[in-house]
Amino acid sequence: MTKDYLFEIGTEEMPAHVVAKSVKQLADRTQKFLKENGLKFKDIKTFSTPRRLTILVEDLAEKQEDIDEIKKGPAKKIALDQDKNWTKAAQGFVRGQNMTTDDIYFEELKGTEYAYVHVQKEGKKATDILLGMSDIIKAMTFPTKMRWGGSNDFEFVRPIHWLVSLLGNEVVPVQILDITAGRKTEGHRFLGDSVVLANADDYEDALRDQFVIADAKKRKEMIVDQMNELVKQNNWKIKMDANLLEEVTNLVEYPTVFAGSFDKKYLEMPQEVLITSMKDNQRYFEVYNQDNQLINHFISVRNGNKDYLENVISGNEKVLVARLDDAQFFYDEDRKYPLSHFVDKLKNVSFHDKIGSMSEKMERVRIIGDYLAKQWNLDEQTIKDFDRASELYKFDLVTQMVGEFAELQGVMGMHYAKLAGEKDDVAVAIKEHYMPTTSEGELPQTVVGSLLSVADKLDTIITFFAVDMIPTSSNDPYALRRYAYGIVRILINQKWSLAFNKVLPELVSALNGKTPAKLPKSDEKEAEIASFIRDRINQYLTKNNYKYDIIDAVLASSQQDPIQILAAANVLQLHHDDEQFRPVVESLIRINNILKKAKHKGNNVVNPDLFVNESEKELYSGVNNLQDLTDLTQLYDGFVKLQPVINFYFENNMILDKDEAIKNNRLNQLGAVAQLAEHLGDLSKLVIK
Amino acid sequence: MAQKKITIQDMIFKLEEFWSSKGCMVMPSYDVEKGAGTMSPYTFLRAVGPEPWAACYVEPSRRPADGRYGDNPNRLFQHHQFQVVIKPAPDQIQQYYLDSLKVLGINPLEHDIRFVEDNWENPSMGCAGVGWEVWLDGMEVSQFTYFQTVGELDVKPTMSEITYGVERLASYIQDVNSVFDLEWGNGVLYRDIFKEAEYENSKYAFEESNQDDLLKFFDVYERTAKELIKLNLVQPAYDYILKCSHTFNLLDARGAVSVTERAGYLARIRNMAHEVAVCFVEEREKRGFPLLKSAEDKKAGLEND
Repeated sequence: MTKDYLFEIGTEEMPAHVVAKSVKQLADRTQKFLKENGLKFKDIKTFSTPRRLTILVEDLAEKQEDIDEIKKGPAKKIALDQDKNWTKAAQGFVRGQNMTTDDIYFEELKGTEYAYVHVQKEGKKATDILLGMSDIIKAMTFPTKMRWGGSNDFEFVRPIHWLVSLLGNEVVPVQILDITAGRKTEGHRFLGDSVVLANADDYEDALRDQFVIADAKKRKEMIVDQMNELVKQNNWKIKMDANLLEEVTNLVEYPTVFAGSFDKKYLEMPQEVLITSMKDNQRYFEVYNQDNQLINHFISVRNGNKDYLENVISGNEKVLVARLDDAQFFYDEDRKYPLSHFVDKLKNVSFHDKIGSMSEKMERVRIIGDYLAKQWNLDEQTIKDFDRASELYKFDLVTQMVGEFAELQGVMGMHYAKLAGEKDDVAVAIKEHYMPTTSEGELPQTVVGSLLSVADKLDTIITFFAVDMIPTSSNDPYALRRYAYGIVRILINQKWSLAFNKVLPELVSALNGKTPAKLPKSDEKEAEIASFIRDRINQYLTKNNYKYDIIDAVLASSQQDPIQILAAANVLQLHHDDEQFRPVVESLIRINNILKKAKHKGNNVVNPDLFVNESEKELYSGVNNLQDLTDLTQLYDGFVKLQPVINFYFENNMILDKDEAIKNNRLNQLGAVAQLAEHLGDLSKLVIK
Repeated sequence: MAQKKITIQDMIFKLEEFWSSKGCMVMPSYDVEKGAGTMSPYTFLRAVGPEPWAACYVEPSRRPADGRYGDNPNRLFQHHQFQVVIKPAPDQIQQYYLDSLKVLGINPLEHDIRFVEDNWENPSMGCAGVGWEVWLDGMEVSQFTYFQTVGELDVKPTMSEITYGVERLASYIQDVNSVFDLEWGNGVLYRDIFKEAEYENSKYAFEESNQDDLLKFFDVYERTAKELIKLNLVQPAYDYILKCSHTFNLLDARGAVSVTERAGYLARIRNMAHEVAVCFVEEREKRGFPLLKSAEDKKAGLEND
């Protein structure tokens, strides 16, 4: 026999972002618990609102299966000693079955007598096992836990007020603190009443009658449907922000969508200001017309029905207008001053107390950017725009608007710069230097913005390493990893080559004296920074589904330029499954092995005068043809052509010739091939089928 | 909107009466400048230690950096908080709060009331709690917190704190767009009482305050507080910590504190807040935690009846 089991934890309002994760956690833990206890079930359904985490276990067995088995033990002559006493073997056998030697009987099997026991155990009842659900509550984890009035040392995400625990129609009185689970659940805080459930299966319908849509998916659908309806009626457009929709779904138990509006005059402010006020502060959806222009309306969701909706609308409108008024005040104030007014203030804004001020940072970033621009042969105009941007780009941090709406940093800088008559490229770079703002976030689109972003991030990494604030595996409070990853992504996006091992010493010496922080002096520190950034290439390749052995191979080379490493990975990935791939790689690995065994440390300069046969000449000219190739695809193709030549060479030559001069010449010849192959990575890391 | 507009002082009367009926003492405002009702000793000190406590009071709260010369309809140098603290936090505290809104004429069925996560923190006083902002039709009208640490001490049993933004809530109830249009009581408007003070305080905080003097004040107050803590004189020590905090806020409003220095000042205040909290508990313990004892006696008395 099976029954459905309902378990609900009723709480005060949980944070929206923990609801979905927590009910999944509850289901996962319950599933594990039931499996460990040998209670079979079909499936676990979840329900969740801000005030409840609920699971419905479908077709749960009412008890564990009974055990009725014959267990065979040791042979009789081993179970009994000469004096007919039970041996340790016999005692061990019964102990393992939770029985005593009294239970043993003997039976013959193929001419030998063996000890047996008949194990019979009735399965435990589900109602007994389920009392252990209280341990699941105790084991649950949350980003923030709390104590409350009567909880003593027990902590949960918010105070627990009730528990429902019903197996079919029977209460399983799970206990936590002074709360004993029963059959009573609570309806909507304002619109509903308590309900006594006769049966576990009544849950969803009974709550719907009390204005609670317990199924989060259905609640979300209700919101989307109502929203679409409203948008259609008014001929509007909205951008369905999935995160906001998810959050709003978990802020309400019974959703009613409504629209409000505000004075058009606020639309003169930058869109981002309005959107931040609506979305981040109020959890409203912003509204667009058919031409995708932001208009003076918003959409929000009430936790309740349509009654008195006009109060809710006018209240929300009033709140938004107060916010927009504030923003307008800051916008007007900030525009009273020239940009230089704010730039001056940056001298007194600390970037980090061990490193120096924002002004000093901006000076360093200009040096870095100018240096990089030269490396990449960027045109004069780009450099001019970059220089201008570097003089300004942190200024908005001291504007009133960013003081109030921190999330608008960069964006306000861009708008204010444009209003002050700065060039578009300069203004946009101010916004873009923060990008990407998340590890897989959008990259800067412009060249100037990309340059500023790389220079800014590089400065941060170099100076933080210099004062020994280096991320550990578990702790990276200044998000230096994300910055390094951003650098890698931008370099790849712009196809900018940068061999960090070469560049860093030059940069560091250029920066000396520009920060109170002691910049890295030792090569060791610079190497550490280079490898820190290089580690992010691994992340990039993994994220982009390169084969793990290819990633190992390309990262094991001495190459430090992300562009070259990526190119090598691309070539290997492209040809990995080719027919020739294996023989080519094998022949190159064979060369490496020989060199390693011979401890070859030659200069790889080959003397053709020492050649004794045709195969040597052929390899020599083959390698010469590849020498100047910078394109790794061509290099790989070259190796494909060279592979029979290499084989021919091995067939015809003893590498370790008795004549020392010939031997060294041959090693140098192989060394030259290996040196070329290293451009593709350490090929011995490849797994070849 | 509520049917009949109630004045601010009516609002305060109703809240006092309501919370008194839930066992709170109605305390007077505390007479030292402070940034929030939490900093009153009726909250901060009473939150620590094992003794029960239930109080409500109006607290004028000074936020120099929020001063707008009386020009901004919603931002004030000094606003008012109605503070309710109960320890241990009652099981039904959320319901009490909602009932208190009904007393003010706010029927939850006619509005949208939400508890939106907001874990409150006051790093300068070593305080942290878990709770919500309460939204009334999208407007934050109260802060609702279960204290977890105060003065860097664990709050056990947990104290609940409800802070009503008096002007915010009144603006909603009286349906005005500017706090200055609020009726305080008996026909007198908010502007006639506070607008001039808003201008003067803003003028002082942003233009006329003397940085060097403020820095000296801070040092003197800090030294005094520390000496008093050594003498176990909790109340006067705490008063000087409050003065440090307010002086810091004045310096901050003047833009005289850099980001780095800021952390330093906050740490100095936090250290003293911690010491005074520890000292308070020790002194109460010496007296046998009088409120704990009287609560137990009361309970025992009831059981004997």
